[in-house]
Amino acid sequence: MSEDIMKLSSLQLDALKEVGNVGAGNAATALSQIINRKIDMTVPQVAILPLGDVPDVVGGPEIMVAGVYLRVFGPAPSSILFLLPRESAFTLVDMLMGRERGMTDHLDSMDESALLEIGNILAGAYLNALSFFTKFTLLPSIPALAMDMAGAILSVILSQLGQMGDHALVIETEFSTEGDGGVKGHFFLIPDPGSLGTILAAIGVKE
Amino acid sequence: MAELIKVGMADYKVGREPASLISYGLGSCVGIALFDPVNKIGGLAHIMLPDSTQARSTENPAKFADTCLPLMLDDLVRMGALRSRLQAKIAGGAQMFTFVNATDIMRVGERNSETVRAVLKKLDLRLIAEDCGGNYGRTVELKLDSGVFRIKTIDKGEKEL
Repeated sequence: MSEDIMKLSSLQLDALKEVGNVGAGNAATALSQIINRKIDMTVPQVAILPLGDVPDVVGGPEIMVAGVYLRVFGPAPSSILFLLPRESAFTLVDMLMGRERGMTDHLDSMDESALLEIGNILAGAYLNALSFFTKFTLLPSIPALAMDMAGAILSVILSQLGQMGDHALVIETEFSTEGDGGVKGHFFLIPDPGSLGTILAAIGVKE
Repeated sequence: MAELIKVGMADYKVGREPASLISYGLGSCVGIALFDPVNKIGGLAHIMLPDSTQARSTENPAKFADTCLPLMLDDLVRMGALRSRLQAKIAGGAQMFTFVNATDIMRVGERNSETVRAVLKKLDLRLIAEDCGGNYGRTVELKLDSGVFRIKTIDKGEKEL
């Protein structure tokens, strides 16, 4: 079906926000249990942005981030991207590996593997919510990790969307560990072109 | 301090010395610099996709290699650049994530640089240097006083083409 993300109604945007809220809530709960800390989470932003503006959501195209990327297979193919500023990724690895804060200053293969696993768990938790709302079976791919400039990492997803249009629908949640500002990150769900209509129809807000 | 002109994703800009043209955080995208070393006029494009004929949306021609380059070329010639003197340098086209089964979608970086080379050839523009591929991001800057194309990366160092 043809779909124009510029013409979404406020009801449709609200419905997507709710899906994002429950999905990110699941993911935050999972993360909170793993690192045994309370996680604060913002209300998800559902934004329709010109492709070139998406990197600004995380602080600009040149900011250093760790990104865990997964493809979602099923009736509504999508991309999931979990982005952490570099320092936050190091802090998260400190927590996961039981190191003292500030010990990690680069990622060895065990550290990378730990971050990939976090991506896996968070994506699974998020997809659970999306599956619940849509009744679709949605399966995540094996995660892939990159540590680089935000623009470079996001370009992978943005170029796919660029085939179909000049804007991206971004469902984004920011979360942080409570108090000490230890770990901050962004969780993105970016439906492939064509998947958005399928998701909207499945959650009952097609028009 | 010379003017620094930013080029966003799926965009291009042209200018003349002493300005510099810069584009941040290229991944699978390709940065294409064209430079006339006599008049010191140049342009920088940041293309996302190889080919407009395979895409459904062609609202923004600067997004694609095949439609962006002719536009930038026209602008440069209009500013006084001599077409036969233009030197092209390109960088980018990385594959940021490695999956076991890399699909076509994942190899967009490689296809971008291939298409850029082909389009340059078709337009009879000389490609004199390139830094493409790999699995890391690049920030590229074209200095219009010298034609130096500087490439910055996070941990693969800096180089000048």
